[in-house]
Amino acid sequence: MKAAVLVFPGINRERDMARAFESVTGEKPAMVWHTETELPAGVDVVAVPGGFSYGDYLRCGAIAARSPIIDAVKRHAERGGYVLGVCNGFQIVTEIGLLPGALMRNASLKFVCKEVRLRVDNATTAFTSAYAPRQVIRCPIAHGEGNYFADAETLARLEGEGRVVFRYCDEAGEATEAANPNGSLNGIAGIVNARGNVLGMMPHPENLIEVLQGGVDGRGLFESLAKVA
Amino acid sequence: MLRNDIAITPELVKDHGLKPDEYQRILDLIGREPTLTELGIFSAMWNEHCSYKSSKKWLKKLPTTGERVLIGPGENAGVVDIGDGQAVVFKMESHNHPSYIEPYQGATTGVGGILRDVFTMGARPIAAMNALRFGEPSHPKTHHIVSGVVAGVGGYGNSFGVPTVGGEVNFHPRYNGNCLVNAFAAGLIDSDKIFLSEAKGVGMPVVYLGSKTGRDGMGGATMASAEFDDNSHEKRPTVQVGDPFAEKLLLEASLELMASGAVIAIQDMGAAGLTCSAVEMGAKGNLGLELNLDAVPTREEGMTAYEMMLSESQERMLMVLHPHLEEQAEAIFRKWGLDFAIVGYTTDTLRFVVKHHGEVMADLPIKDLGDQAPEYDRPWVEPATQPVLDLASVPAPADYATALLDLIGSPNLSSRRWVWEQYDHLIQGNTVQRPGGDAAVVRVERPQGGTAKGLGFTCDVTPRYVEADPYEGGKQAIAESWRNLCAVGALPIAVTDNLNFGNPERPEIMGQFVKALEGLGEACRALDMPIVSGNVSLYNETNGVAILPTPAIGAVGLMDDVTKTVGVAFADAEDVILLVGETAGWMGQSSYLFELHGREEGAPPPVDLALEKKNGDFVREAVIAGRLSAAHDLSDGGLLVALAEMAMAGAKGARLLLPETDVPLHAFLFGEDQARYVVTAKPAEASALIVDAAMAGVAVTAIGAVGGSELVVPGHLTVAVDALRQRHESWMPSYMSGV
Repeated sequence: MKAAVLVFPGINRERDMARAFESVTGEKPAMVWHTETELPAGVDVVAVPGGFSYGDYLRCGAIAARSPIIDAVKRHAERGGYVLGVCNGFQIVTEIGLLPGALMRNASLKFVCKEVRLRVDNATTAFTSAYAPRQVIRCPIAHGEGNYFADAETLARLEGEGRVVFRYCDEAGEATEAANPNGSLNGIAGIVNARGNVLGMMPHPENLIEVLQGGVDGRGLFESLAKVA
Repeated sequence: MLRNDIAITPELVKDHGLKPDEYQRILDLIGREPTLTELGIFSAMWNEHCSYKSSKKWLKKLPTTGERVLIGPGENAGVVDIGDGQAVVFKMESHNHPSYIEPYQGATTGVGGILRDVFTMGARPIAAMNALRFGEPSHPKTHHIVSGVVAGVGGYGNSFGVPTVGGEVNFHPRYNGNCLVNAFAAGLIDSDKIFLSEAKGVGMPVVYLGSKTGRDGMGGATMASAEFDDNSHEKRPTVQVGDPFAEKLLLEASLELMASGAVIAIQDMGAAGLTCSAVEMGAKGNLGLELNLDAVPTREEGMTAYEMMLSESQERMLMVLHPHLEEQAEAIFRKWGLDFAIVGYTTDTLRFVVKHHGEVMADLPIKDLGDQAPEYDRPWVEPATQPVLDLASVPAPADYATALLDLIGSPNLSSRRWVWEQYDHLIQGNTVQRPGGDAAVVRVERPQGGTAKGLGFTCDVTPRYVEADPYEGGKQAIAESWRNLCAVGALPIAVTDNLNFGNPERPEIMGQFVKALEGLGEACRALDMPIVSGNVSLYNETNGVAILPTPAIGAVGLMDDVTKTVGVAFADAEDVILLVGETAGWMGQSSYLFELHGREEGAPPPVDLALEKKNGDFVREAVIAGRLSAAHDLSDGGLLVALAEMAMAGAKGARLLLPETDVPLHAFLFGEDQARYVVTAKPAEASALIVDAAMAGVAVTAIGAVGGSELVVPGHLTVAVDALRQRHESWMPSYMSGV
């Protein structure tokens, strides 16, 4: 699998993302600066990492979504290439229009960094096949604007088509209100596009890939990608 | 607009925070009346914040050297060798005055300033901490300040991308008029690639990098060198505004530039901005410096030389570059979208010359600006210390469970989760011990691979102790940081100090300062923890009421193998609980007395440094040898609070079987005797540890076992761990959601 990690000014989890890919695949991903107009040849997975691109000024992800590299990312997705957007990356991917909906300010109005539980509600995607259906995994979150919103029709379609991939839940796997850290509709933590090749999620699987980090529950996502790409 | 050549009146001198005799010193030094810009430059260089004029004499007495110390105080941050060609760069610095006036921006720029200090030396920041002190919760300003400061710390650090892994938050009425925001940052560097501020070579370009200069933060350092009164809110314009995005770009651009080999010297523009950074670079290199302010990037029109020299706009750097690499350097900064301007040259004249619109606005002897700053031997008096408290005056609780719940649910001992969950403490993926334990642990990969090392970080001081006895309190701050590091398996290697006190012109405040430093110094020597960087913040006083003397310590420990660590959480049922150290039941200045009885009485617990060393070495070695399943130092609230914290962290109860002792039960459970830890181990291992401890002369006593879902002291207390957690976690969120 050949991966590329996009770097916009203000992105700050690009190293964490690169380390996760390397830890699972043994290969360092290409780091791609935002002013590039082409992805490196043969890239299978484009990762849009977390951070505060352009300081989150104007609106999270809005400025990054208009960077020169974005056209190449769109073409990559149209060709069926994989795109993984995490945290700010999820915000950017929705701003590009590769995924529906938007990420609003957390319902608490505060930034929140902690470990949460996620339920894998669709374990058949290219990003989640290493997990068991409805498996409950641990995963860190760190964001101020992760409150997923979409209109009722979009939401119904996402749910109906099984495109809600990760949902915040409690230890027993119940998607309760108390387990929802940011007010996302239906406790949505991550979704895929209709074709299944673009995933956006707020939590950070790349920060839970080693025992030393407190667990390895995040590895499954990268292992899933390694199987198909 | 003020002209540069206006007459310098006594009022103008006073407005610049200069005393009449200090102004006379200026006149003697330059032999004429200064221009307005020159007066501003002197006020920037000679205020307390930048010149350390009241503290220098005493700072010189602190131990600052050691085998591992590569760079001690005097540079942007201290540098300590951690082997494998690597070093840790760290410092702690206050942003107290601005944070009280404008909490969010005060805190952000405090964090920004300390991060810049670290990466200015070429290090990539890997950890941040914050020691925060606020007024009593019921004071009308406290809620607003807590909310703004915490949001500001998070807002800056989260966006910049450094994990905020630890810190302290305390409340006391003596901070009602002056909060304390002490920001710590540490970075990692190759020990042969350290960058310094000393300019070298004549005719070298002096380059301005980063954000543009505006009128924000004008005179900030001078503001921070005076007491507050009822009109302090009028000083709001002196507070700078932080832009973490610009700082992140500045970090990446600076590190890239340093790697390119173009940088001769570098200095961040912090307090007193362009003035301080330019003078320091020149003076350290025995060179003059000429600035042309026409080239300084500004974000407002019509800025005068005076304003540009005193602005404290953030996210700016000054560098001396190799002339033939200017273009390459500029390209790197343009790539990151930052300003880059050649604003001057080094000279051989030893003059600091500032030109604007072709006119000389200032022409001063550069060495004298720093070297000839006033230095005071301020009068001080021996602080009145408190007598040892008679234990008979401390009532036992009517109900132990209620007392414990009240203590762990009190403003000072309740959980700080509400705070640290707003800080990204996981970014960079190296956080091994997260916030909430004794010390944070961060992984450090070796350049050649193999087992990763670890660095432990902790912030400590107990201001109540320092107030009651500055000398013992100073010792205790170091001892507690030593214990916190030993408890996670880290060898304490060095510290940074952030010395927060009141008005040094009052002999009793100066006495606190002198004695506290004496205590710090003695403890640092005994425990081999040199002080490699630091900051002094004086004049933390409002309407004549000073803060509690608060010498905050940021300490760093080294681990050869980062996996050899334990946390505070009870791990397994049937693990034996061991108490390390001796318990005399010291209740003077205890949390029990303060939180439950509102009394701040008696002498604080004395610190036996030899005992600290012996017990700390024993615990650390046991952690490293993998013999322990949990370890926790004993501090505020004593034994029972520590056990409750371990139970809550591990979601497991414990049953205690206390040894026979003459110490009254409440003093045994809540006393704050020093040099103590609670550790747990498997039963067979525990027996072996007791034997080994006896051989080593360390007091170790089995006091119970882990198990069940309740904390039980038979006959005295039975409380469910869930109930403990509920009380412990509720105070801060409910306080912050109110008002």
